[in-house]
Amino acid sequence: MEKNMKKKGNCLIVYVPRELDHHFAEQVTKEVDAELLRGTVKQLVFDFSDTTFMDSSGIGMLMGRKRLLGYSGGTVSAIHVSDRLKKIMELSGISRYVEISQESVWNKIRR
Amino acid sequence: MESKNEMLLVVDSRSCNEGLVRIAVAAFSTQLNPTLEEVADIKTAVSEAITNCIVHAYESQEEKIRVECRIEGRELTVRVADTGKGIEDVKKAMEPMFTTKPEQDRSGMGFAFMEAFMDTVDVESSPGKGTCVTMKKKIERDSSVFE
Repeated sequence: MEKNMKKKGNCLIVYVPRELDHHFAEQVTKEVDAELLRGTVKQLVFDFSDTTFMDSSGIGMLMGRKRLLGYSGGTVSAIHVSDRLKKIMELSGISRYVEISQESVWNKIRR
Repeated sequence: MESKNEMLLVVDSRSCNEGLVRIAVAAFSTQLNPTLEEVADIKTAVSEAITNCIVHAYESQEEKIRVECRIEGRELTVRVADTGKGIEDVKKAMEPMFTTKPEQDRSGMGFAFMEAFMDTVDVESSPGKGTCVTMKKKIERDSSVFE
């Protein structure tokens, strides 16, 4: 598995790169989807601790993964989201489908 | 205070240039002494416009994207132009959530973000010839390098 992802049981944690634009979103999507295809992930968590920039390509990435996991009843969440990123996520309406948290709810999970 | 400055950037339509262009435009805008929030707004809007050129106008073909920036008084103007396939229905394309490429995880929020983060967004397009997006933003904080 790629070093920017971590699996705990049926939970997959993805450490999002510093800048989540179209370029990087495509790379992350490819890696995440390869893991989702195994069919064992029920909980997908994107950790935005290191992320300082995101545009609508990031929104597309989150919505696409939610769609993929939705078929099997899985959940997608975004944690450690900065104020700026939260604003962008809320503006796009994605907060209806993806749980967004600015705090860490996964304190014990470290890279 | 009379202030005017211009920058012209021409880049290949490769996704690795998205970061380069938004950083260059953000750096150019700092002459107006914007807040961090305003810089972030500009970066997001520019990123959307460039991504549109790569994903939609050229559909991953390698062509040129022309980015013109201009500062006049307190206003920043950014024009992003391509010679790609153009937009049939600009009004429709600008609707939030509308996208022609949902299968590629496009969110349809590109123009909505440009409009949200810039003061004005103007789109000129002719099918087969290309698209030019002109965005303007006033930076109100009054102290700049021109003084």
